[in-house]
Amino acid sequence: METSVSMVTSLADVTLPNPVLTASGCAAAGRELAPFLDPAELGAVVTKSVMLLPRSGRATPRMAETPSGMLNSIGLQGPGIDAFLAHDLPWLAERGARAVVSIAGGSVGEFAELARRLAGAPGLAVLEVNISCPNVASRGQVFACDPVAAADVVRVVKAESDVPVFAKLSPDVTDIVGIARSCVDAGADGLSMINTLLGMAIDTDTLRPVLAGVTGGLSGPAIRPVAVRCVWQVHAALPTVPILGMGGILTGLDALQFLLAGASAVSVGTAVFHDPCAPVRILAELRAELAGRGFGRLSDVVGLAHRGLQR
Amino acid sequence: MRAPSQVTARVVAIEPAGAYQLLTLAAPTVAAGSEPGQFVAVAVGGPVTSMLLRRSFALYTADPGTGLIQIVVAEHGPGTAWLVRVEPGASLDVVGPLGRPFRLPPEAGTAVLVAGGYGSAPMFDLARRLRAGGSAVHMVIGAGSAERLFGVDEAHAVADSVVVLTDDGSRGIQGLVTRPLPQLLGPAGASMVYACGPMAMLEAVGAAAASHDVPCQVAVEESMACGIGVCMTCVLPVIGADGRTRMLRSCVEGPVFDAERIRWKDVGTLPADVLGADAMVVH
Ligand SMILES: Cc1cc2nc3c(=O)[nH]c(=O)nc-3n(C[C@H](O)[C@H](O)[C@H](O)COP(=O)(O)OP(=O)(O)OC[C@H]3O[C@@H](n4cnc5c(N)ncnc54)[C@H](O)[C@@H]3O)c2cc1C
Ligand SMILES: Cc1cc2nc3c(=O)[nH]c(=O)nc-3n(C[C@H](O)[C@H](O)[C@H](O)COP(=O)(O)O)c2cc1C
Ligand code: FES
Repeated sequence: METSVSMVTSLADVTLPNPVLTASGCAAAGRELAPFLDPAELGAVVTKSVMLLPRSGRATPRMAETPSGMLNSIGLQGPGIDAFLAHDLPWLAERGARAVVSIAGGSVGEFAELARRLAGAPGLAVLEVNISCPNVASRGQVFACDPVAAADVVRVVKAESDVPVFAKLSPDVTDIVGIARSCVDAGADGLSMINTLLGMAIDTDTLRPVLAGVTGGLSGPAIRPVAVRCVWQVHAALPTVPILGMGGILTGLDALQFLLAGASAVSVGTAVFHDPCAPVRILAELRAELAGRGFGRLSDVVGLAHRGLQR
Repeated sequence: MRAPSQVTARVVAIEPAGAYQLLTLAAPTVAAGSEPGQFVAVAVGGPVTSMLLRRSFALYTADPGTGLIQIVVAEHGPGTAWLVRVEPGASLDVVGPLGRPFRLPPEAGTAVLVAGGYGSAPMFDLARRLRAGGSAVHMVIGAGSAERLFGVDEAHAVADSVVVLTDDGSRGIQGLVTRPLPQLLGPAGASMVYACGPMAMLEAVGAAAASHDVPCQVAVEESMACGIGVCMTCVLPVIGADGRTRMLRSCVEGPVFDAERIRWKDVGTLPADVLGADAMVVH
């Protein structure tokens, strides 16, 4: 019975065999997960946000565990786009894994340059634009919190790119629908949501912030209701825009909530730290839950929770 | 070195060992390919836990024959508080073996093994392997107090000589583990040092070894969110063969490093000459 559910989904015009992906920054570039799962079995591998130059990341401590979640302040440590193109993307392509490549920049120009460098790269299925980065030009204000800056980034990336472009939204805004609309108007083919929420923890023994970066991004099941709400609101306002949903997904039923809210696929992030097999386990659980509810196709549940509701 | 696996391990036994609890787990695939210095990452809190991150523990023993592994757990915060109270017969979710082990010398020599607190856990298997390779082994075991020493009797069984120290003098010599090192590392002394324990101790042992020109490997303990190399939380500044310092992941590039490669004074900071630190200044 279970195998009869069609799990096929799509992100804009890219068809994926199933809707469960990794989350940027929670699977590196897939290689370290190979002992635990076959990256080609996932809908896609979403790679750690890559920037133009190699980045050291921040000082430690970079993490703090919090109730049903964690704070992280990594600072986008990474090898830079040259090493990524030489070593990471080919590894995924050789294994038949689809790559959603996340890019991050400190300026509109850096985003454009990254998209240009990635154009035509084998294995690249979708570009995810991590706009939750400080914009150097506006004294570090985060792109994702400014509809104009967010749109500027999306526009230049879209112009350079030959694959669908997904803008990754931050929940730390008063009107996520407004930012979503502005990204879509600028050409975004879809939206990834949500990134982490800004949080903080203080060590009551040292009487100082736990993280060297003082504040950090909150992730894990603690943020799931916020994430489901964001997906819900954006899908209600922009029902034709594909959404890659994420935030605290730990089980197949958690994933189902995101699909019902309007996501076409989901990313599994922090859960991988708890259970390195989480993405494949969640896929199997989701399949069984769909079968158990009598659904023959995954696409039948996307946005289903909206149906028949008065607005 | 074998790829890690994720297993449901049955708790075969749990018994007190001084201030610690010694857990014996049935985990055949972990036991099969592990080497001293490697660790396991254990999920804590049960199936509906709110503690998402695994806790890391050095392997104390790993027997491919019986499929059993042992870890020595100090109660620290809520995760270890849960772990030291598991019952025999319970199941634990274990990932391992993880990390790079201590490297054995290409030829036999004299090894000094220095351990602080539960840091002695990986040292006994290491001592046995060194001795099997023809090396002489001297152990220095220290802790804050007598009950925080682990494995003194076993040390006598696996080493040619043993020095025991405690900070408060409640057992052995009063003092730090660095105290006997000048003698052990002296002119006719050691050809290699291995150390495991708190970071401050590792730094001091590394410095002592360096001052006697003896190579020293240390197993570090950094906060780890994933233990498998995907999250980048567990980094520290390490000097590479090319002379450049990089933020290396202690879970996959360590936990064993050459002490002289670690920029001890800079751990917990971002030195300006680290590869990629210039990119941090901009944003
Ligand atoms: C490679 C390695 C080997 C280790 N070997 C042993 C061992 O053999 N025996 C032993 O008793 N302990 C060992 N530790 C330390 C042990 O992992 C921590 O004491 C434990 O994670 C604390 O969890 P907690 O919930 O009790 O404390 P909390 O302080 O509540 O933990 C909160 C978070 O911080 C992390 N954390 C806290 N303290 C440490 C620490 N000292 N090191 C790493 N992460 C920490 C935890 O993993 C958790 O994510 C080792 C750590 C590492 C990295
Ligand atoms: C350690 C860590 C690093 C992350 N790095 C990135 C990143 O580089 N780029 C990005 O867009 N999101 C990053 N994220 C955010 C996740 O991709 C995801 O949006 C968020 O964690 C919510 O999902 P989760 O609760 O399943 O983890 C990171 C999250 C964590 C926990
Ligand atoms: S603990 Fe995640 S990379 Fe080392």
